[in-house]
Amino acid sequence: MAATAIKSLFSRPATLMYPVRPAKRTTVTRGHIIIDPANCITCRSCHRKCPTGAICVEVKEKTWQIDKLRCVICNSCVDVCPTKCLSMDPAYPKALTARGGIYKVAVAGPKKKEPAPVTVESPKAE
Amino acid sequence: MSKQIIIPFGPQHPVLPEPIHLDLVLEDETVVDVLPSIGYVHRGLEKLVEKREFTEYTFIAERICGICSFIHSLAYVQGVEQIMGIEVPERAHYLRTIWSEYSRLHSHLLWLGCFADGMGFENLFMNSWRIRENILDELEATTGGRVIQSACKVGGVRKDISAEQLDGMLLRIKDIKKDIRIITSVFLEDSSVKHRLKKVGILSKQDAYECGAVGPTARGSGVVFDLRETGYASYGKLNFKPVAATEGDCYARCNVRIQELFSSIDIIEQAAKKIPEGPIDVKITGAPNGEYFSRVEQPRGELVHYIKGNGKKNLVRSRVRTPTFTNIPPLLKMLAGCQLADVPVIVLSIDPCISCTER
Repeated sequence: MAATAIKSLFSRPATLMYPVRPAKRTTVTRGHIIIDPANCITCRSCHRKCPTGAICVEVKEKTWQIDKLRCVICNSCVDVCPTKCLSMDPAYPKALTARGGIYKVAVAGPKKKEPAPVTVESPKAE
Repeated sequence: MSKQIIIPFGPQHPVLPEPIHLDLVLEDETVVDVLPSIGYVHRGLEKLVEKREFTEYTFIAERICGICSFIHSLAYVQGVEQIMGIEVPERAHYLRTIWSEYSRLHSHLLWLGCFADGMGFENLFMNSWRIRENILDELEATTGGRVIQSACKVGGVRKDISAEQLDGMLLRIKDIKKDIRIITSVFLEDSSVKHRLKKVGILSKQDAYECGAVGPTARGSGVVFDLRETGYASYGKLNFKPVAATEGDCYARCNVRIQELFSSIDIIEQAAKKIPEGPIDVKITGAPNGEYFSRVEQPRGELVHYIKGNGKKNLVRSRVRTPTFTNIPPLLKMLAGCQLADVPVIVLSIDPCISCTER
């Protein structure tokens, strides 16, 4: 114990001054979900696979919404995304309040040439 | 006969990380009876199985406990795999074993820290947790999560460990082993710690067996019962022996956990050497139809997941029996006849995890 005490006396603290110095993170760290709106085809796979129901995709309005306070950062949506528009950022998200949890973004929607499943454009065209 | 008084212990108490309430019936300073009550952190996670798909429930299963999360998900997915008859690739089994043992290391180091704090040795607490941080870093680098790994899935695992990463882990675990040896020598040899732990909270072998003690609580009393010997995941292919002591006091339970740290490191080293190449998961089709009792060894003892499905996407029933729940009756045996000042140490010596207990 004495050796440990002397060693600790002459070494830096094991803790980080967190907000000042960034937290340790690795390439696979699950920090928070980010979306590339240009590539989203509103297929709703992430909406269906989310275990907490945090993601809501509106096909009509072409929006993708995440409730960051419900998201448990399990990575299922990233795994299931067919166009890889969702990805995991290793930085931990900043602290939030209940009001600031919802993040909504307009997305590109399905590409016209590809045979899209159920979209709003096809009924309108008819 | 002197007058009896009742002292409430918990749910909020400095030594308790989680809420459990004990009514201590005292005669002078001696505890004569204990009345436990739980139910402060019930979250109804078992009911959620009816609302979530069986594959998604893995994430909920591992959130039952914040310490042994990986082993909860392992128990759950093993149950589903057994019902559906899925052959998991060998590499996935080995990876699960490695992560289970890392979880055990971090859980035991956390417990050692809490235990040192419980007996008033704050310096030792900080030192134990400093070592634990290295284990958490390894878990984060390989699975992406420090505490909630989310690495298990039905049919295999979600992340792979590359050969270079494994080599690095083996190198670093040697340093961690040295650090652990220094820290644990204080637990085992320091005279003030010994004074606080020896002959305190004695649980006889007979009582341990009859009250259904599991894990290090049972093994500290000489009941050698370790589910890893059943050979789930890849434990059947690795060479290890369950650690046991015979005294049955707090020191013996502490000793068992300390020796388990070294046996875990040994298992990790063996598994890293034997791990085969190959795929890490298989594709699953269909849904579980049947029921299964999945038993695994948690850091705290035997964990049972009962799963029942009817061929639909949502399971019908899930039931979890956690080790702390079965360790409460032995705890009452230990507490009867002890001094009031020893109660915190004895309560911590079973490694209580109340969030597990109440799901």
